[in-house]
Amino acid sequence: MIFSDADFTALMITLKLAALSTLILLGFGTPFAWWMARSRWRFKFLLEAVVALPLVLPPTVLGFYLLMTLGPYGPLGALMKSLGGRPLAFTFTGLVFGSVIYSLPFVVQPLQDAFTAIGRRPLEVAATLRASPLDRFFTVAVPMARSGFLTATVLGFAHTVGEFGVVLMIGGNLPGETQVVSIAIYDHVEGLEYGQAHWLSGGLLLASFLMLVAVYAINRRFTVVKP
Amino acid sequence: MTIEAKFHIDRGDFVLDVDVTLPFQGVTSLFGPSGCGKTTLLRAIAGLERHRDGFLKVDDMIWQDAKCFVPPHQRPLGYVFQEASLFTHLTVQGNLEYGFKRIPDTERKISLENAIELLGIEHLLDRKSDKLSGGERQRVAIARALAVSPGILLMDEPLAALDQASKQEILPYLESLHDELEIPVIYVSHTLEEIGRLSDHLVLLEAGRVVAMGPINEMLTRLDLSLIHGNEATAVIDAVVAEYDSLYNLTHLDFGDNAGPSHRLTVAHQALEPGSRVRLRLAARDVSLTLERQSGTSILNIIPATVNEIIGEEAAKVTVRLMAGNIPILSRITKKSAVELDLKPGKQVYAQVKSVVMIR
Repeated sequence: MIFSDADFTALMITLKLAALSTLILLGFGTPFAWWMARSRWRFKFLLEAVVALPLVLPPTVLGFYLLMTLGPYGPLGALMKSLGGRPLAFTFTGLVFGSVIYSLPFVVQPLQDAFTAIGRRPLEVAATLRASPLDRFFTVAVPMARSGFLTATVLGFAHTVGEFGVVLMIGGNLPGETQVVSIAIYDHVEGLEYGQAHWLSGGLLLASFLMLVAVYAINRRFTVVKP
Repeated sequence: MTIEAKFHIDRGDFVLDVDVTLPFQGVTSLFGPSGCGKTTLLRAIAGLERHRDGFLKVDDMIWQDAKCFVPPHQRPLGYVFQEASLFTHLTVQGNLEYGFKRIPDTERKISLENAIELLGIEHLLDRKSDKLSGGERQRVAIARALAVSPGILLMDEPLAALDQASKQEILPYLESLHDELEIPVIYVSHTLEEIGRLSDHLVLLEAGRVVAMGPINEMLTRLDLSLIHGNEATAVIDAVVAEYDSLYNLTHLDFGDNAGPSHRLTVAHQALEPGSRVRLRLAARDVSLTLERQSGTSILNIIPATVNEIIGEEAAKVTVRLMAGNIPILSRITKKSAVELDLKPGKQVYAQVKSVVMIR
């Protein structure tokens, strides 16, 4: 075994976190992106700016505000306490919460772009072929936006795997609970364990590269199909 | 058996204001220059655009009034867009089945096989839509619209985006729809040639208003409308094949109303079954006039007619509207001839038709 038990646990937590965050993001990001693509609301640009914030903010700033919100004295932390739970800061659930916000633009933007690119026409055609609005969404919009779904899934997943600052701020570094690979690497380097840092870093590098290669290869095949 | 449509659509720089009753049978063309509102009207009829204060009754179904608005997917219509707009994620077969499988069995009047055969697309079924030519794509789009067994077919300039060769490829299919299906069609176009071939009724729109409407042959020959001017003036006549003269390779055709006397025209070739319906085009410049029936002429087609109206739009020529029974035809002659023959409304003349083109 190349990885130590602690490293392996960190890897598992990372994958679990990324998978869960991506699923949650796809779940509510899809209808949200659909609405953003179709809406003519005049203040839509405000929402677009909010969604894009995690792209430009230093993760520590985002992490800091999340800590304030999720901690025992923050609004969400207090709510959790009053419901008999514990504050979300320094828990895996808190990490999922933070990751969802941190990776939001990476899922919503590709979906919104893909839905916008479809245009109104295919949906109008489907309407004249007896498809109800929900039917049109699932049988026309989703399949036609499939490259957007692929991009959103891979970017959302990979970006969550790569997060560091937010995790450090709200997750702490609890092995088995909130210690993810990026932090484990940091720990190894701090402890001058370069060998283990190499293995983890190299593994992450290769996995990320392969995921992106897969996206671009598959999207290339999709985009060859012209209307 | 009518379509009552009343819409007032105000987009600031453009106002569509129509209140029309269209026939719910045959092909009705909405004709006018770009920007006259014909596509907007068609989309409003389909329910693709929702406008307040509209009223729409198709046959006995209310599709829109003050209280209700039937969404497009609940209206039994077929719609063909200017661009074929095939679903790129589906094959041709998948496109055809999309609407077809959403129709209950009991409402299916046109089978998938019918639709495929009518448009001649059997060989394309397994293809992706991006592997088709423009003409093939539009044929698939028409078949797809027919496969929902529509109660009415709406077509928005289905040929406008195609090159001349593809247009000629599709026109015969559109004509066969007219002959083989009893689906009322509303056809938007800004090309009179298409309309002359395909439609039975014409609605003329200008700047968001209906200027005139009526049967196609009447509309094309109305001298007060700006439809066809000068040398392009043309009449279309629906006729029935009477007999085929195999000795001379000629086909005799009868036209006229049910009540009045029948007139006969003769065209070369065209060995068609007696009883077949055809449409003929008589260009005004190919019709000359005489006061007495000529003998000793090579012209076969001589029709007795009555002068109905004369206008002179330019210095040397006039356009004369004639009635052969109650069928209008046009003649384009010099002003000099009109004066020398003393043409005036009510005068009996003989129209000598130099050439007749069968357009359908």
